[in-house]
Parts: sequence; structure tokens; C-alpha cells
Amino acid sequence: MDARLLPTVDLDTIFRPRLAQLLNVEEMTAKEKLFTFQLKDGTPLGQDPGQFVEVSVFGIGEAPISVSSSPTRGDTFELCVRAVGNVTNALHRMAPGATVGIRGPFGQGFPVEEMRGRNVLFVAGGLGLVPLRSLIHAVLDMRQDFGAVTILYGTKNPSELLFRNELAQWEARDDVDYQVTVDVADESWRGNVGVITTLFRGLPVDPRNTVAVIVGPPVMYRFVIREVLGKGLPMGRILVSLERRMKCGVGKCGHCQINGVYVCQKGPVFTYSELRNLQEAI
Amino acid sequence: MPLKVIEKRDVEPLIRHLMERFQVVGIKKKDGKNTYGVIESPAELRLDSCATITSPKKYFFPQRETLLQFAVDGSWEPQAVVEAQPRIIFGMRPCDIAATWMLDMAFSEVNADANYLEKRKRALIIGVDCKEPCDEYCFCKSMGTLEVETGYDLFFTAADDTYIVRTGTPEGEALLGEWGKAREALYEDRVKLRAVQREKDERFKEALEFDVEELPRFLEDSYRSLLWDVLGEKCLSCGSCNLVCPTCYCFNVLDEVKLNLSEGERYRVWDSCQLEGFAKVATGENFRERRGDRVRHRFFRKGKYMKEMFGRFGCVGCGRCTRACLVHINPIEVYNQLKGGE
Repeated sequence: MDARLLPTVDLDTIFRPRLAQLLNVEEMTAKEKLFTFQLKDGTPLGQDPGQFVEVSVFGIGEAPISVSSSPTRGDTFELCVRAVGNVTNALHRMAPGATVGIRGPFGQGFPVEEMRGRNVLFVAGGLGLVPLRSLIHAVLDMRQDFGAVTILYGTKNPSELLFRNELAQWEARDDVDYQVTVDVADESWRGNVGVITTLFRGLPVDPRNTVAVIVGPPVMYRFVIREVLGKGLPMGRILVSLERRMKCGVGKCGHCQINGVYVCQKGPVFTYSELRNLQEAI
Repeated sequence: MPLKVIEKRDVEPLIRHLMERFQVVGIKKKDGKNTYGVIESPAELRLDSCATITSPKKYFFPQRETLLQFAVDGSWEPQAVVEAQPRIIFGMRPCDIAATWMLDMAFSEVNADANYLEKRKRALIIGVDCKEPCDEYCFCKSMGTLEVETGYDLFFTAADDTYIVRTGTPEGEALLGEWGKAREALYEDRVKLRAVQREKDERFKEALEFDVEELPRFLEDSYRSLLWDVLGEKCLSCGSCNLVCPTCYCFNVLDEVKLNLSEGERYRVWDSCQLEGFAKVATGENFRERRGDRVRHRFFRKGKYMKEMFGRFGCVGCGRCTRACLVHINPIEVYNQLKGGE
């Protein structure tokens, strides 16, 4: 094109992270830690529930991590991270006081405003609770704005359960129906055993006024979406958040693309109706 | 924009003149092959050669490019790095000018990418018309990129002992004006230009058996075709097609620490959607594990997704991927196989 038509650009580019200080590290399980950060410029992160950030461990690299805390809870933010790659293992070696880089928040989060007034059915599988927690907190902090709240949570085994203190709080609340299951129990486990779809048997869901929000490993979506469709929910009120390799976060690098859609731009949160004809999505 | 005329014998002095102010890049011989490279002396520039292995995108989007400098311990604010210099690309072909338009769109929209755009804006593009097809692999005529109306500052068409020069921008016009040796085109020059264009058009043949506007529909109708399995069984997933493609712009981002271990830089490098790990996430899930799915993704990007995003095809018909492909996957053949859907 005519170079004069090209946009003027900020030389402080889209690839420059802001610095953030690690304030606290809490061990969640053998593989996951919860990190609390604050941006060094003092500003809040400004995330919507469901958005992600690109975290830099300088010298190691950058990785996309979903924000686990709700914007309704203060100026710090939390990332729950499994040690699985170079960047995440480096994060796990960090102690409070360390500095990381943060770009974002990026992507489209959960449509909280459109969910107001409705029943919310949360379905979390494994690490899916991490992004979902940002929305659960936001909904519980504005509890009177929502109808019935149901949280279904499943992990492979009891040792993988995240945020145990909070799980106990949700269990204790009268205004939340919290149910948990594990694929394989151990000696200490007294609860449900079975994959997450077993929690749907007899689960009361009002299809006229419920939003289902499902986050979990790729294999889970196919089965759980089938369950909520079976409860009569319209495809537009089934929300999912998709994991992809969002290398740049700004719609350029191509790694997160599903068919013609850049997940970092149009997602990671989608309605099932947006995905139903994207063959590579689910 | 005015039409100018330059005598062929004046081109070398023109290049010498431009080299005083700009880095001049053009097609030259390297190890017996045509390639875009920095012109060290005017005689090197081969305005008549075509079919370069790689495309001139490397001057706007280098194979490796620094994005950031940082302290490993985060003790100072990371600094964005944008490298750009005044540059003239002399002799860009119509297909590559069309491809540059595509990259301009990709790096401009939504989040403007300064690393690309600064290099692009500081470059002047002098196009040179093709006389005949590079070889049996190029199919620019079918992709609608045989002629370009915009995207250049100047555009040279050889006619007898002269180049008839279309000016595309005031910057291009100023470049010639300040040099002073181009004359205004006369009526006979315009007649000559039209004759050359007509002869050129006759030498290029249509390679597709259908109107290219049908391509997105043919692709969509063939999403589940066994053709992708067949191509997947042939493809070696080497990524050569991506490296030579003038419109491929996917990249990876990596960190490198300096020897002092306290500072480092972040850089991006070209990446390939054909490599096995391209869509793999840290937990091990690979969202495009099958080779046929990766081949399909590339063809869909070029023939459908980019068209939907930017309004033009991601394939400009340059034929580079066919020449580079070790197993002779040829988009002309693939597109023609798609005709009529499944």
C-alpha cells in the first residue's frame, strides 16, 4: 500500500512489558503455585475476568498465563501457574521481591454484564479453575446481581485440588451449590468419584435463564458441552475459554489461530455458538 | 501521477546517485542464484532477472529481529528496540509489491507493529515490470498480481532503450526530480508503454482452471477432503514454503542473555505453521498435530482466511513455495484439484 497510508506507530512498542514485583508465593499443589504481583508503576492491572497476560521472566522468555484474580479485589493480581515449561519453571524458582515483565491484559474476557440477572453454572476441570476463579470471585462479590450459582469442579485426584480454603468457603455458603468430584480417589477422599459429567445427573438447570461457563482441558469440552446442551441451554449461553499457544498476544504471530480466528484477539472466551463451525476449536 | 522516461544507460548513474543517500537493495547474483541483496556497486543490480529464492519481505520483517532489551533481574525498565534505516528497494516485482501490501495490512491492523512499520515507512519501493513468466511455477496472472496500480513509489517498464517510469507517490516523483535526468513522457512513450503491456499480458498464461474469486468457496467445500491427507503424506513438514513465501508473517519470540549474564535481548524469528510444534501448548496438547491438517491450514490461510481478514488473497502466485518444495507440492495443482469442491 501507499506508505503514507500506514498508521503512525508508538515506538514504545506492543512488545514492551511493564515491570511487576512478586509480592507473595503460595504453594497450591505439588505442581502449582499461586503468585501475587503488583505493577511497579502502581496502577491496577485493569483486567476483565477471563483475560490473560504475557509474563516475562527476563532471559528465559514469555508465556501466556490467565489471570486468576478478580478486578473486584484490589490492585494486586494473582496468577496460578503449573510448572510445565521454561518460563513457568523459572517462575516457580522465584521468591517474593523478584521482578517480572507483564504485557496485557489481552483478549476478550467473560461477558459479565450480559450474565447479570441470570443463573450461572460454573464447570471447572483441573487447571480450568484458574481462569474461572476470576469470574467466580467477581460473581460472588456481586452476588445479589445473579440468580442461582452452581460450581462443579473436577480433578484427576484429590491432591490436584486448587484453592482448598476457597473451596471450603464455597461449600459452606447457602447461596452457592458447590459440588466436587475426582476421577480417582485416595484413602482420605469421602466425596464423589467419577469424571465431571457424572455431576450432571439430576442437576437442576433452568435452560431459560442459565449461563454455563466451562473451562477445562481440551478433552473435557466435547463431553461437558454435550451435557449442558442436554439440559436445553442455547449455544449462545454456553461460554468456554480456550487454551492456545498465544505467543505474542497481539494478533500477529499466528500460533493461537483456530481456522481463521486469532484466539488472542477474539478469545480466549467464546460462546459455543461462535465455535460450532470452527472445526479446529473443540 | 506523471509518467517519466529514463534512458537505460542512465540507470547506473541513477543507482550510484541513490547509493549516496540510501542503502540500495535489489536483485543480484549470489552463488549463481538470483537473490535480493544490498547493492555494493551499480553493475550488480539485475533488473531483468527474476525468480528470487526469498522475497524482499526480509527488509521489513527480518528473519531475526530484536524487539527488546532488558535486565535479567528487571532492575531497569525494558527498552523497546526498533531498527530502521533509509532504504530503496530497486526492482521489486509486481507479485512482491502485492505481497508487501498484504504485510502492510497484517502489521497495521488492530495492534500496529512498529518494528515492521518503521522499516516499511523508511523504505522507497521502485518496482520493475516483468517481461515474461519466471518459469512454469509462477501464476501471478491467475492471482491478479501481474499488474499493480499502487504500492510503489516508482515503477519501471522497459521499452527499447528506455524505462518508462510511473510515479506512484510524491516521494518517488521528488526522487527523480532531484536527480534531474528523467524527462517527461511524450505521446509516443505512452503508446510504447501500452504496446509493451499488451505484449507482456499475452506472454503470461492463466494457470487456474477457474476464476480465483471462487477459491475461498472451493476451499470451504473441501475442508474434509482426503486431498489434505494425501498432501500430508507427501509433505515433509520442513517449512521451506513458509520461509520463501512473501506473505508468511508468523513468528516466534525468544530471549537471549548476553555474556555478562545480567542483560539480554528479546527477538523474533520467522516461524512455520508446518512444523510439528507450531500449535503445541505447554501442557503437551497439540492442536494441529496431523501433517495434513497443517498443510490444509497453510492453504486455507493463503486462499481464504487472509482474504476474509484483509480483502485480498494471501497467495500472490510467485511460485516460490513450489520451487522450494522438496516433494513438489504445487499450489497451481492443489487449487485446480479443489475445483468443484469435494
